[in-house]
Amino acid sequence: MTDQATQPVLEISELYKSFGALKATDGVNLTLYPGEIHALIGPNGAGKSTLIRQISGEYPPDSGTIRFLGQDLAGLGVADRAQLGLGRTFQVSSLALEFSALRNVMLAVQAKSGSSFRFFKPVMKDRDLVDGAMKMLEKVGLQDRAHIPAAELSHGERRQLEIALALALKPKAFLLDEPMAGMGPEGSKTLTGFLGGLRDQAPILLVEHDMDAVFALADRISVLVYGRVVATGTVDEIRGNRIVREAYLGEETS
Amino acid sequence: MVRLSKENGLNCVLALALLAAPFVATALDEPFYITLATRVAILAIAGVGLNLALGLGGLVSFGHAAFFGLGGYAAGILASHALNYEPILSSPFELNGTTQMLVIWFVALLVSGLAALLIGFFSLRTSGVYFIMITLAFAQMIYYFAISWPAYGGEDGLSIYVRNVLPGVNTMDPISFFMIAFVLLMLVILFSSMIKNSRFGAALQAARQNDERLATVGIHPFGIRLTTFVISAMITALSGALFADLNRFVSPDMLAWHMSGEIMVFVILGGVGRLFGPVVGAALFILIESVFGGISEYWMFYLGLVLLGVVLYARGGVIGFLAGKEKHD
Repeated sequence: MTDQATQPVLEISELYKSFGALKATDGVNLTLYPGEIHALIGPNGAGKSTLIRQISGEYPPDSGTIRFLGQDLAGLGVADRAQLGLGRTFQVSSLALEFSALRNVMLAVQAKSGSSFRFFKPVMKDRDLVDGAMKMLEKVGLQDRAHIPAAELSHGERRQLEIALALALKPKAFLLDEPMAGMGPEGSKTLTGFLGGLRDQAPILLVEHDMDAVFALADRISVLVYGRVVATGTVDEIRGNRIVREAYLGEETS
Repeated sequence: MVRLSKENGLNCVLALALLAAPFVATALDEPFYITLATRVAILAIAGVGLNLALGLGGLVSFGHAAFFGLGGYAAGILASHALNYEPILSSPFELNGTTQMLVIWFVALLVSGLAALLIGFFSLRTSGVYFIMITLAFAQMIYYFAISWPAYGGEDGLSIYVRNVLPGVNTMDPISFFMIAFVLLMLVILFSSMIKNSRFGAALQAARQNDERLATVGIHPFGIRLTTFVISAMITALSGALFADLNRFVSPDMLAWHMSGEIMVFVILGGVGRLFGPVVGAALFILIESVFGGISEYWMFYLGLVLLGVVLYARGGVIGFLAGKEKHD
């Protein structure tokens, strides 16, 4: 279990966000501690992606605060938050499709290693960028596909590439939005093993539908239903929670 | 190490062909063609400027005539003050005009850069059709301002009696003036190619493909785009200053939306995002204009047919048609 005495890396308190009459985020409190994987589960439309988007800076919340490493994120945009150390992957892969896998990762290495306002030196001759990006591709097992345009990569490979991009940012916390989506059983298993090792690098807030992966990986689980966190606890606590079984796992209770 | 790809080979041929054109024209005793070649070189510079924003950055600016015209007026206004011995400002300090091209170019770059900073700051908050319309609106504002401001000729424009001077070059000699334009064209193409391959270029092209991705790695797309818009405008203004000197005349036509459209046609005809695209585009445009323009006053119709063909069947423009699809590393 997490040591409650340490400061949370990410702390969300009393977060509200509505779209018209729809309360997408309804008073959410959530913490992410160093070294843990905190899974966020919930049925479709529960507001998981909306919550991720508020953390990443795409949507401004109506009220409430998000603190990251002790700093209030209010008013900061996506790029600012990425610079602070939020490493995010998307539910639907978001890549520069014309660029090769390598050049996609190089972009992240470049962002991490100084200014993008350099106009003369060719990036392909910048050993630090190329080698740094190659190392990240090796970590996710894409090194043989480095020079293939992202548009020509398979679905699973694009998911891996997304993770390589997040890794290259050397983030202080990962926000992974359904990394297993559409991976197939074999791919999910490999990725589960890989993500398990990632928690030592930075804690992970993991949105995931694949329950095998969630139960294998998560230190804590929060269940989101209609924008509210209805339960937070360890894997065993959540498995045994009656409300969760009714609301989400879809089991009749006798 | 230069990879001599098909495109690089084609680019060399194009550069040499343009360079040879005025000399062939001299040999054939057709000095008018020297002027045409000079026009191609100068307008191609404007295209190279727009291509940076449109081709690499995906910023479809329909207002680049503003920068082209500002460059032209920088040349015209500075020269007219110098030739009439009237200071531009007499108080609080005296500011005189000049006929030195180097100074004129510097002023053209400065003025257009500032204008682009302002226009870009507002218009880059939008995208797509709105961006096209806002850039058009800004350019039209400047156009109507030029028309209604009588000090510099208003609607009639402004003549430059003698071509401006560059140390060590006889600018009144057609071939020398062509060489000035040609060398500047090669320099701006070299500069674009460096930008394209640089860190900045990587961020810029990523912003075009997926700005969400760019922001997620921690790079602000806005700053990258604004910088591009300014550089793009400055290159186009340089072209405008040369164009004024070529014709020894500046008029609000340089600022009109037709001009924005023309520059865009150079880029699309030649191949969006291709280094030498604007050179081919400008050359084709001028060829069609002078060949069909002599036959029929409806030459624009034929240009339209060619443009339609390119858009429908050769998306990469002429360069894409000849050298194939562009490859990224």
